Amino acid sequence: MSQAAHAPIPFELPAIPIRQILPWAVFAGLLFLIVMYFVSTEQGAVSMFDGTYLHELVHDGRHLLGFPCH
Amino acid sequence: MRALLVAGLLAGLVGGVFAFAFAAVVGEPPVEVAISIEEQGPGGHDHGETEAPDHDHGSAEVSRDVQRTIGLAVATCAFGTALGGLFALAFAFAHGRIGTRAPRATALSLTAVGFVAVAFVPFLVYPPNPPAVGHAETIGDRTATYFAMVAFSVVLAVVAVRASARSGWLGRVGAALAYVVAVSVVAALLPAYDEVPADFPAQTLWDFRLASLGTQAVLWVAIGVAFAALLDRLAQRETKRATEAGLAAG
Repeated sequence: MSQAAHAPIPFELPAIPIRQILPWAVFAGLLFLIVMYFVSTEQGAVSMFDGTYLHELVHDGRHLLGFPCH
Repeated sequence: MRALLVAGLLAGLVGGVFAFAFAAVVGEPPVEVAISIEEQGPGGHDHGETEAPDHDHGSAEVSRDVQRTIGLAVATCAFGTALGGLFALAFAFAHGRIGTRAPRATALSLTAVGFVAVAFVPFLVYPPNPPAVGHAETIGDRTATYFAMVAFSVVLAVVAVRASARSGWLGRVGAALAYVVAVSVVAALLPAYDEVPADFPAQTLWDFRLASLGTQAVLWVAIGVAFAALLDRLAQRETKRATEAGLAAG
């Protein structure tokens, strides 16, 4: 019955130091933005690769997520 | 940080699935109507002549059946996962720095601010167009101004949140008002586009735009709630671990 003597120690999420966030923010942030660019714009208004497959595939998502499509 | 990022990606995927479900049920009917209008040819507007070769709807490359199911799911899930990741990064910056210590409150505030700044304000300034609406020759300009609007809106929102982080609710209301005034000025300075063909049915346009706003709202709310729930689980696990460690030590 020793549990009664120990109240649960509540976990408090600490504020994460900016220095620790920054490399994640730069690396992951860039990756995420690139993914979003490919979903939202590539092979539409701006084209890095020839063809229209990507545009056609994500076409409805582009419209319904609110991006200018064509 | 790792745990937060994982939570964000998972929440984003959940958001993408919910957004897909909403978009498939509510969004696809007006898209289908719009495409059938587009395919009836240049009905009163110059779409037929100038349209880019890249939008044959239901072309051999990707059929309409694929576009409205797998294609839509790929788009919402990829976009949702990426947005969830960015959400987690924004949360890492905001947590403990915007006045509230409670992670759930931070996550839900971030949801509200993020939805307004990233989706709602750009939606109001540049409402999305269904197929058959919008001139092909302005797509470059429209895309640039849309992203400019998103960028201004996000930067102004970050400034407003940071400026009022340590103030009371009156200060926050003031910051919110300043944000609204600032984005209104930006919106007034950016060019406007009035390209809806006269014969495009208003009901379809309204249905489509409402569905688009709804899709984005579902995506944001699902990401915020799922992220908050995952944070809760994380806190419970850590509490249990700390308590057991305390028992072992005592």
